Amino acid sequence: MSLTAPYAEGGARPALPLRARPAVWRQPRAWFGIVPFAAFAVAFMILPAASLFLGAFQDAQGGFTLANVAHLFRPNILSSYLVTIEVSAVTALAGGLFGLLLAYAVTIGGLPKPLRSGLLTFCGVASNFAGVPLAFAFIATMGRVGMVTVLLRTVFGVNLYAHGFNLYSFWGLCLTYLYFQLPLMVLIITPALDGMKKEWLEASQSLGASRTRYWLEVGLPVLTPPLLSCMILLFGNAFGAYATAYALTGGLLNLVPILIGAQIQGDVLHDPNLGYAMAFGMVVVMTACILAYSGLQKRASRWLR
Amino acid sequence: MRGRRGWSWFWMALGALYFFVPLLATFLFSLHGKRGALGFAAYHKVFADPQFLQTFSFSLEMAVCTIILGLALFLPTVIWIHLRAPWAKPIVEIFSLLPFVIPPIVLVFGLIRLYSGPPIPLVQSRFLLVAGYVVLSFPYIYRSVDAGLRAMDLRGLSEAAQSLGAGWLTIMFKVILPNMRVALLSATFLTFAIVIGELTLAVMLAWPAFGPYMALMGRDLAYEPAALAILSFMLTWGLISVIQVVSRRVGGNGSSVGGAH
Amino acid sequence: MAFLELSGVVKRFGRNVVVDDFELAVAEGEFVSFLGGSGCGKTTTLRMIAGFETPSAGSIRIGGTEVVPLAPNRRGVGMVFQNYALFPNMTVRRNIAFGLRVAGWKPADITRRVEEMLALIHMEELGERFPHQMSGGQQQRASLARALAVRPRVLLLDEPLSALDAKIRASLRSEIRAIQRQTGITTIYVTHDQEEALSLSDRIVVMNAGRIEQVGTPFEIYNCPATPFVATFIGNLNLLEAEVADAGLGLLTVAGQRVRAAGPVPDGSRVQLALRPEMLTLDPAAESANCLAGTLASVVFLGSIVRLGITVGGLSVFLDQFNAPHLALPEVGAPVTVGFPREACLVSGMGQMESASVA
Repeated sequence: MSLTAPYAEGGARPALPLRARPAVWRQPRAWFGIVPFAAFAVAFMILPAASLFLGAFQDAQGGFTLANVAHLFRPNILSSYLVTIEVSAVTALAGGLFGLLLAYAVTIGGLPKPLRSGLLTFCGVASNFAGVPLAFAFIATMGRVGMVTVLLRTVFGVNLYAHGFNLYSFWGLCLTYLYFQLPLMVLIITPALDGMKKEWLEASQSLGASRTRYWLEVGLPVLTPPLLSCMILLFGNAFGAYATAYALTGGLLNLVPILIGAQIQGDVLHDPNLGYAMAFGMVVVMTACILAYSGLQKRASRWLR
Repeated sequence: MRGRRGWSWFWMALGALYFFVPLLATFLFSLHGKRGALGFAAYHKVFADPQFLQTFSFSLEMAVCTIILGLALFLPTVIWIHLRAPWAKPIVEIFSLLPFVIPPIVLVFGLIRLYSGPPIPLVQSRFLLVAGYVVLSFPYIYRSVDAGLRAMDLRGLSEAAQSLGAGWLTIMFKVILPNMRVALLSATFLTFAIVIGELTLAVMLAWPAFGPYMALMGRDLAYEPAALAILSFMLTWGLISVIQVVSRRVGGNGSSVGGAH
Repeated sequence: MAFLELSGVVKRFGRNVVVDDFELAVAEGEFVSFLGGSGCGKTTTLRMIAGFETPSAGSIRIGGTEVVPLAPNRRGVGMVFQNYALFPNMTVRRNIAFGLRVAGWKPADITRRVEEMLALIHMEELGERFPHQMSGGQQQRASLARALAVRPRVLLLDEPLSALDAKIRASLRSEIRAIQRQTGITTIYVTHDQEEALSLSDRIVVMNAGRIEQVGTPFEIYNCPATPFVATFIGNLNLLEAEVADAGLGLLTVAGQRVRAAGPVPDGSRVQLALRPEMLTLDPAAESANCLAGTLASVVFLGSIVRLGITVGGLSVFLDQFNAPHLALPEVGAPVTVGFPREACLVSGMGQMESASVA
């Protein structure tokens, strides 16, 4: 009596399935709200970048050429890329490793909670403390007359600069970069470490495994994707940095951002299109970084939900 | 278990050393302003320098403009995405991540190339600097606004307001914004921190901002730069701390991750 | 000799005593549940058996050997966690094989055993899935297989069904019991759900604030609760204020009416009479051994059960009756008589419960 088919005779027709309606994003009204933002982003981000890319593939007359990109492999330019890659790789690895150890100490390592929130707060500040003030701080610390340099000389009799240390060099820059790379690593890897369930360790122990075995078979494999992705992020972060390097070493170190900066201010390359090609090369490197980062993050989030 | 705890303290101590020694050293260094005596002479000199006030207020002005423009751009857009066009979310998200792929030095290069001459000569205009700053702060403003909107029941609140007869302007200013105080504060202070000390865009576009001023100081003077560094650090610390405190009180997780400039 | 023995086990966190004087002897192949609310110490006791907590005092023996000084990875104890704890970077097969690889089994034996386990949990086709590709129920079954693969001496389950939907809970529950019977493994099961404990266990340990309230079979726990806590924690209960008229004869006065228990009751002027709702019936002819006259206050339809609320004097009494298509209930407000046998009387005074049933 009450279980007959609802649409048997002339009852209400079900509405058209959603598939039959035109796709939402094709309706012009739906774009309305995005337009101002999109227009701005295009005008002041996409188009400038695009014009650089265009210039990278143009010759002096405006015709298409690959010569500029080829010129990137000239010794002095190639060496600048290499140096920048070295700085970025060193600070990514060092920052990644020590950042991991610090983050481990306040999460799984069992240090008291106030220390954890203190560290995270400080890292939030320190990761923003890049550029000119950071360079000044390190000059005041480890420069030729910096407090630590003087302290080591007068109290411990160790003359840093006589031993070959120089703040205004590759290693000095790396040391300075670490000040914002380390905190960035701590901030990004902490959620991943929080996501490592302590039950995994206990389960593996109940199955007879030692701690070392657990880390080898479960802990490290699970931690590797987020670790790698964070280090890649650090790499990109250092690669694109200009202000700190400029304030610390001026033009001393032949870094790609410094070279581009010099090119903007005075055409040191004597070839504007080469400058554009350098910028293009930089964007390629950064894009590769962010693609690798998001790919690895996706894997990480599946396991560390 | 105890051995593990020991190593944790060790790394913590090492980290604390690395972070605090430069700050302490810089502070002590900055106290050497007057020959022979430790005092705040360097700070007095900095504050007394007319250029300090000029450049700082210039950067302040730029920061305010950036915040206003940035929020004016993002608020309606993100609200629109949440309410009417969720399919557009990936597009906006990618746009807000692009500044990482286009670092400031590359961005300013492109801005100069594109807007130097005809048809749109903007290079001499302050608007270009502000526009560049807005692009730089894309990721931070977007994340803050998005988090703030997600934390409230946007659809429910706006539909309730509509059923009570409110128009969209009323909804925006009386319903949505008051509930986003933490997010707006977070976005504001982060943008502040980025713009005040920013060097790359300001130098390349040749503006008398605070960043270039500091760099200039560093060229000739010894102790004043250290004082500037301490002041800058304290300013950043103050801004970020406020964000952390306010968002923790409301129960958020003040994400204020910065990066290199 | 018992297979698993806990004697005088105590656990303190600072000045907080979380487990107090825990005594239990479990026979081989027995299924024992630790039942109690949160914070009663059941999980802590389980973790002490596993080795993740060290007792402040007392001893734990498995198969006659003292295990407290042993590290958790040397006890031969399998554990199943509430959140499954499957290794996320390994397939189901590799998860199950983990313990076998640690123990150094030969690859051929490992493969054979893993297939055995997959068949046991009816997941033969899911062997190559990763944990994030499976539902909660599937993950928990895999977790069970992983724990059983190494043939542990004791199996420990820490609220394994709490994170699952109600429907899956019911089916997985019986599957766990079937597997346990099949393998004959000594099992300790921690839960706060009394239905789980009652339906699965050979014996139940009811815990409260770190102490054991009662140990017994499900039937004993339900029908002969030893303390007021057990009586109120398990099942539904009516608690009525009563006065002792004659302790030796088991005569009580409830709301001015006479009630007779099946045996002597504790001496004392004021006691509590506990009655299970399903032991009460509507008895218009007043033929039962005990009758209480009252007024029908409410009728609540709960599906298979109809719950009648009756006011007796100033007291509220709930009576559960099976639903029937042609239920003829009196109207709300009408006078009714509640009848119940003498054996239904549970009398409590001074913290002890006298079920006063036939010895």
